Amino acid sequence: MDDAARLLQLVVNGAASGCIYGLIAFGFVLIYKATEMVNFAQGDIMMLGAFVAYSFIHQFGLNYWVGFGLAILVTALFGFLLDAIVLRRVIGQPQFAVVMLTLGLAFIFRAGAGLAWTYDSVGFNTPFTNKTVNLGGLVLGQDNVSILVGTLVLCGVLYLFFSRTRLGVAMQAASQNQLAAYYMGIPVRRIFSLIWAISAGVAAVAAVLLAPVSMIDVNMGFLGIKAFAAAVLGGFGSIPGAVIGGVIVGVVEQLSGYFLPPGFQDVTSNIVLLAVLILRPEGLFGKTIRKRV
Amino acid sequence: MSETLLKVSNIETFYGPIQAIRGVSIEVKQGSIVTVLGANGAGKTTILRTISGVLDAERGEVSFQGQDIGGLTPDRVMRQGICHSPEGREIFPFLSVAENLMMGSFTRSDKDEIARDLEMCYGYFPRLKERAAQRAGQLSGGEQQMLAISRALMGRPKLLLLDEPSLGLSPLLVTQIFEIVKRINRERGVAILLVEQNAHIALKTADYGYVLEVGRIVMEDSCAALMEKDDIKEFYLGQKDSGARGHRRWKKKKLWR
Ligand SMILES: Nc1ncnc2c1ncn2[C@@H]1O[C@H](COP(=O)(O)OP(=O)(O)OP(=O)(O)O)[C@@H](O)[C@H]1O
Ligand SMILES: [Mg+2]
Repeated sequence: MDDAARLLQLVVNGAASGCIYGLIAFGFVLIYKATEMVNFAQGDIMMLGAFVAYSFIHQFGLNYWVGFGLAILVTALFGFLLDAIVLRRVIGQPQFAVVMLTLGLAFIFRAGAGLAWTYDSVGFNTPFTNKTVNLGGLVLGQDNVSILVGTLVLCGVLYLFFSRTRLGVAMQAASQNQLAAYYMGIPVRRIFSLIWAISAGVAAVAAVLLAPVSMIDVNMGFLGIKAFAAAVLGGFGSIPGAVIGGVIVGVVEQLSGYFLPPGFQDVTSNIVLLAVLILRPEGLFGKTIRKRV
Repeated sequence: MSETLLKVSNIETFYGPIQAIRGVSIEVKQGSIVTVLGANGAGKTTILRTISGVLDAERGEVSFQGQDIGGLTPDRVMRQGICHSPEGREIFPFLSVAENLMMGSFTRSDKDEIARDLEMCYGYFPRLKERAAQRAGQLSGGEQQMLAISRALMGRPKLLLLDEPSLGLSPLLVTQIFEIVKRINRERGVAILLVEQNAHIALKTADYGYVLEVGRIVMEDSCAALMEKDDIKEFYLGQKDSGARGHRRWKKKKLWR
């Protein structure tokens, strides 16, 4: 009985951190599908989002929800400008150039955040910090539950946006056939910048959701590596796959931390990544139909 | 007569160092159907791409309704009223048929009119209505062609660019599609610039035609007149025996220049 409860708690904790990986992976996949670029700075954009939220909520003392909203907006705007000013110029360059550029940007973001804010670990108070919720005898931290609920709500909103709105469908269209999208009068470049904005905004949501369980520091973006494993697990082309892949990585990580000797937990995501690449390179949800370019 | 809608003057277009178009002039009058005939690689698609703004002409001018549109990006050109049904159809494979059509009307906000145009497209091609919820990538080639034409129509074009709508279709379907092209022109007053290898059907459908060879216009006339010309009969309508072809082609080509 006790063991079962403990296990369930582990799974919930794992799923919660997995949601964060999934949201970062979402950004990887969204940008990749649209522009064929892999943005290795995605985790560090989340880190910037965390510091922006820290400024609004802790330094300026704004209400948590107001600060949350503003952090999303500011980070999304940052993503938009990042594409419009920097990344648009490397579209069509070899993959290698793009990888180097985004890795370089990640480095700059870390240094920039250290200078603009601090190299120390900081945090801010949330309505979910250090509270528990009792679900029929199962005691769970509100912090983890808020991550799960927040991710579900966000996924619902994103789903409706991409499937129901004209702009969302246009984003899909531009990702599937850029030339045809141009012929339809869709301003493809602006659409791509908006896709960067959404990816960055989602990363900011992940950052704020993560705040009650993790400190904010310049190196928190390294969890992007786990998110990358999640994206590969999901097939690197499937958006639901990325989020589900994130949850799987998170749960496996928690369980291996519990059942396996110390040290395994930190490398779980790498092992998952390797295993997927060797056993099933198209990912769990990979499509056999490749998109035409 | 009626006003000039599109005027292409002496354009020269390059793919890198390769010159594909060597000084082409074309005019499309309001409400007319104009066709450009030519063999594989003659440069027909390149002309349409240059008009659409996907390629920029190195020299020469493209003007639409009296305005220079040469430097515009393809989305801006479309907003001027030129819709393009491209070679190879280029549909959005993972969107449904209905969503593809919705993308055709992306630039418009007149909801009622959009709904009416959608019904019009479904009226022209009932097959699309049956498959409205299906992924466009799962359509047959002919159905994709219907979708590509309809999607372009959903943009309410003043000028419709059609790139080889007959490609890969059965003779029956070709006849049907060209009947609809004619109806679109008559019922909606849409001017059409039609690029074709199938000279038979193109000359029957269009009012005025140009013949393109290796990036140059070698002949232009009303379609009725073109159909009577020996060269056209021989090289494009295939009405002479093939034995004398190679030799005569050479001679005639000399005459054209
Ligand atoms: N992307 C490209 N890069 C380089 N050269 C090209 C490219 N596209 C076309 N060309 C060349 O330009 C010339 C004209 O091509 P274009 O596609 O306009 O011909 P077309 O008349 O449309 O032929 P088809 O009837 O086969 O479609 C050809 O010689 C072709 O090889
Ligand atoms: Mg062509």
